[in-house]
Amino acid sequence: MKYVSEFRDKDLAKSVSAAIRREADPGRTYNFMEFCGGHTHAIFRYGVQDLMPDNVAYMHGPGCPVCVLPVRRLDDAVEIAERHNAILCTYGDMMRVPGTKQRSLIRAKADGADIRMVYSTLDALKISRDNPDREVVFFAIGFETTTPPTAVAIKQAQKEDLSNFSVFCNHVLTPPAIAHILQSPDVQDLGTVEIDGFLGPSHVSSVIGSKPYEPAAEIFGKPVVIAGFEPLDVMQSTLMLIRQINEGRFEVENEYTRGVTREGNLKAQALVEEVFDTRDAFEWRGLGTVAKSALKIREAFAAFDAEQRFEISPKQSREVKSCECPAILRGVKKPTDCKLFGKVCTPDTPMGSCMVSSEGACAAYWTYGRFRTKSARPQREAAA
Amino acid sequence: MNIQDPKLSARTGSIDMAHGGGGRATAELITDLFQHHLNNPILNQGNDAALLPPAAGRLVMSTDGHVISPIFFPGGDIGSLAVHGTLNDVAMAGAKPLYLTAGFILEEGFPLADLEQIVISMARAAEAAGVPIVTGDTKVVEKGKGDGVFITTTGLGVVPDGVHVSAARAKPGQAILLSGSLGDHGVAILSRRENLEFETEIRSDSAALHTLVADMISAAPGIAVLRDPTRGGLAATLNEIARTAKVGIHLEENAIPVKPDVRAACELLGLDPLYVANEGKLVCFCEPGDADAVLSAIQAHPLGRDAALIGTVIEDDAHLVEMETEIGGVRVVDWLAGEQLPRIC
Repeated sequence: MKYVSEFRDKDLAKSVSAAIRREADPGRTYNFMEFCGGHTHAIFRYGVQDLMPDNVAYMHGPGCPVCVLPVRRLDDAVEIAERHNAILCTYGDMMRVPGTKQRSLIRAKADGADIRMVYSTLDALKISRDNPDREVVFFAIGFETTTPPTAVAIKQAQKEDLSNFSVFCNHVLTPPAIAHILQSPDVQDLGTVEIDGFLGPSHVSSVIGSKPYEPAAEIFGKPVVIAGFEPLDVMQSTLMLIRQINEGRFEVENEYTRGVTREGNLKAQALVEEVFDTRDAFEWRGLGTVAKSALKIREAFAAFDAEQRFEISPKQSREVKSCECPAILRGVKKPTDCKLFGKVCTPDTPMGSCMVSSEGACAAYWTYGRFRTKSARPQREAAA
Repeated sequence: MNIQDPKLSARTGSIDMAHGGGGRATAELITDLFQHHLNNPILNQGNDAALLPPAAGRLVMSTDGHVISPIFFPGGDIGSLAVHGTLNDVAMAGAKPLYLTAGFILEEGFPLADLEQIVISMARAAEAAGVPIVTGDTKVVEKGKGDGVFITTTGLGVVPDGVHVSAARAKPGQAILLSGSLGDHGVAILSRRENLEFETEIRSDSAALHTLVADMISAAPGIAVLRDPTRGGLAATLNEIARTAKVGIHLEENAIPVKPDVRAACELLGLDPLYVANEGKLVCFCEPGDADAVLSAIQAHPLGRDAALIGTVIEDDAHLVEMETEIGGVRVVDWLAGEQLPRIC
């Protein structure tokens, strides 16, 4: 497949792997956080760790939209569908995430709620047009990548006067989350998390550009490399991070030049700015309350804001006790440190969000069996 | 039964409850539609049960329900699929299929023109395979209680002497062969799903594999395992075999054929071709010494031109399927969690 298979080439992978082994200082370790679940998935799906020397390790960050959504927001979505009898449109990933008392959207659907899986916001608009006598709510989740399509849907609904359409907005922002992690006691005081640099998200950055990461790199002295999602992108970016560290630099570099510029997609940014405003604070699973880290719908579009449209009752939402998703999302623990992992919690019976999404660290560990190959088999010989 | 005055209008009519009532309308449907197109001496006996001649050898039998949506798709329809699916299940025992049966659940309001098209397609598939549909049944359910048409087929076949094909016979050291590219069926179906329609040249690979199996068995009668990787794809099939035979499996990702269009669609939709359904492919485990002969036999058959050696059976107490990835790392190929695509067959 043109322009994709090139980034999965075995011989190129070998030579990048050889360069990393050559350049990585054997006297130290390199711990890199891949912020984005897409990278977590690529690392496990292609066995990238097998091509790294022992002193280069990846730590899995919170960049999985499904994983960081707090249980209360999911419970609220269930309430909108059940109590207000709305058609709730959601991306498929969200369906199986367990809410309070293990109640997921798929469970609520089985109990009679009208919950529909959609592939894009356009599907949700179509459902609104086809059901003029029903309330139709789009359950919007995701980072800066999925925000512009939601903005388009809201503007389109306004244009068409689709008065039965609204959006339950849970869009979150990447740069504040990175800053929050670097400021956290885990990193600053406790030393429980050692981060030497970040693999920056590629799709998010195609919208916001590479510029928004510059303050964090500067203030905290950590290099960031915007990395594409193919395995060779990840490997090349790892090499770029190692070089920055070896040279004492901490810059924002862009490996994903085929998709990302420093300024990003200005048109998309303007659209998002028009429709959304920054929330003062938002709760993230794992990270807790993070200032200025999420978006809400502007007053001018209040008619399409499900939070204003429906009365949503306060509730005591609760995650499964002893689920380690929060610590895993901060990079403090690994999936295998959780006592539920692989026993009661598997992709068939997920107890926490990290086991549901294909971008979640637990699902990646389980599905691609890193822990199984690693413990059960001798380490593969160096690829080069 | 001899209906003088057929009232069935395949052009304009649709199924109503009378067609399942057991009266004249039922009889008309059976004679004018099913019997007319599926025509063969055993079906034409016209009794409740088909009387079959004695069979020479061990019998195998398999049954399969088909609920696919959409019912017409690029490369086939629910009718041809119902014939191929069951023939293949019989063939995967190393058997020569002899007879098929067909049971139809029809929903009130289903267009007779569509039903006729499906029955013609079944008749063609059965004739091409040389396996007659010898008995059948029709039931009608009220509107809203079904989804157009569901078809269950059962197949009966005979296994040649000396052939013992079973998942339990997978042993470390054996070669694993795949008869062609993965994912064609699943992607063809997806391309026609509501909300997801996309332009592609990909057609379902739906095909009857028993002549291919016969060629393979004449090349190497000692073939250990045959399976068609349908629902759950190659990943599910290999995990089933590994669990049954208590072995491990090692795959080479770069050796597994996937068409560029299928790969592109999978990338776009976030699917892994290893988990996407096939309806005209098989995997074969054989002794390493037989691998060349079997591979040549597969490649010489029209349905196996893209066949490849994709891996080997290994010893592994955990019975895992592992794969060397495109870039040279290693991953586990696990069972599919949940459902990747509903109603794919």
